[in-house]
Amino acid sequence: MDYSAWLTPLLLAFTAIYGMGRRVNVYDRLSQGAKEGLEVLLGILPNLVGLMTAVYMLRASGLMDVLGGLLAPALEKLGIPAETAALLFIRPISGSGALAIGSELMAVHGPDSYVGRVAAVMLGSTETTFYTVAVYFGAAGIKRTRYAIPAALVADLTGFAAAAFAVRLICSGGA
Amino acid sequence: MAMAWIWTGMVAASVLYGAGNGTIGAVGNAAMEGAGAAVELCLSMAGVMCLWSGIMEVMKASGMMDGLSRLFRPFLRRLLPGACQDLDTMAALSGNMSANLLGLGNAATPLGIQAARRMARGCGGVAGDELCTLVVLNTASIQLLPTTVAGVRAALGARSAFDILPAVWMASVLSVSAGLLAAKIFARIWKD
Repeated sequence: MDYSAWLTPLLLAFTAIYGMGRRVNVYDRLSQGAKEGLEVLLGILPNLVGLMTAVYMLRASGLMDVLGGLLAPALEKLGIPAETAALLFIRPISGSGALAIGSELMAVHGPDSYVGRVAAVMLGSTETTFYTVAVYFGAAGIKRTRYAIPAALVADLTGFAAAAFAVRLICSGGA
Repeated sequence: MAMAWIWTGMVAASVLYGAGNGTIGAVGNAAMEGAGAAVELCLSMAGVMCLWSGIMEVMKASGMMDGLSRLFRPFLRRLLPGACQDLDTMAALSGNMSANLLGLGNAATPLGIQAARRMARGCGGVAGDELCTLVVLNTASIQLLPTTVAGVRAALGARSAFDILPAVWMASVLSVSAGLLAAKIFARIWKD
């Protein structure tokens, strides 16, 4: 039984019915939200054009594989596939950059492959750490951030190792 | 400016390595391909992204965010007892958490900033322990439905775009717990 086949249809129906019960104009809200989704996408697109160009160039030059090869022994100890090495570096710095590298990994290895799934779970379970720190501390007028960045990076590294672990545990390697 | 350095570094490194490695032709082709792939990806995930943004908007309008916020309060009182003595700060904090959980980044960030500003009053520009904890919470993703990733997976022809959910939740929980634990430990040993 594939539970995830039920998720999308049930969530759509539940949200619509619940919304109607709360006297929300469900259809208006849906279109409004879809428009906002489009705006988010328009914000991502120009960034992705630049970043995916750079990522494809790195891959084609062969440098990406060299980087993966160099880090493979260390990553192996954490159970992280070496193919995702570049993703680990860019993830805390740039959300669009991580999306570019992650989707390239999913395209090359296949979205249902082990590496493709690990990349997807890494993207879904971590954040753009440095950007977030800058926004929050900038707005709050903080000059000395103390241990916030090291603690956040501990969370990121754990997230990466946990992503690979969880995919092995739950998705049984995929296709 | 950081991105400018990273982008220039990536392009320059590819060209230098490609020239030495004899793969410069492939690097040139890849540059053209990458730009096109970016547009293709955005177009093919646009439907899924828009649909889920719409659904999230309906959830927000139906008051699901407020319901979630109430669930968070006991947890926040334990995690950030000082900040929660101020009711407005706690309201902003719980709103921030529930917006994060629903993946409403546009709603989460202003609320989180509001809470951070209130928590930073009178601290003289030095981040207190609770403010560090708040930032760690926000740098770790706690999104229930990672819709962007699901959009990419759907665009690339995954069998079921959301079948990674249990793995995402497990990784998120482990990552957030590790971050909070690290913050607790650092709070004791950090030498200013």
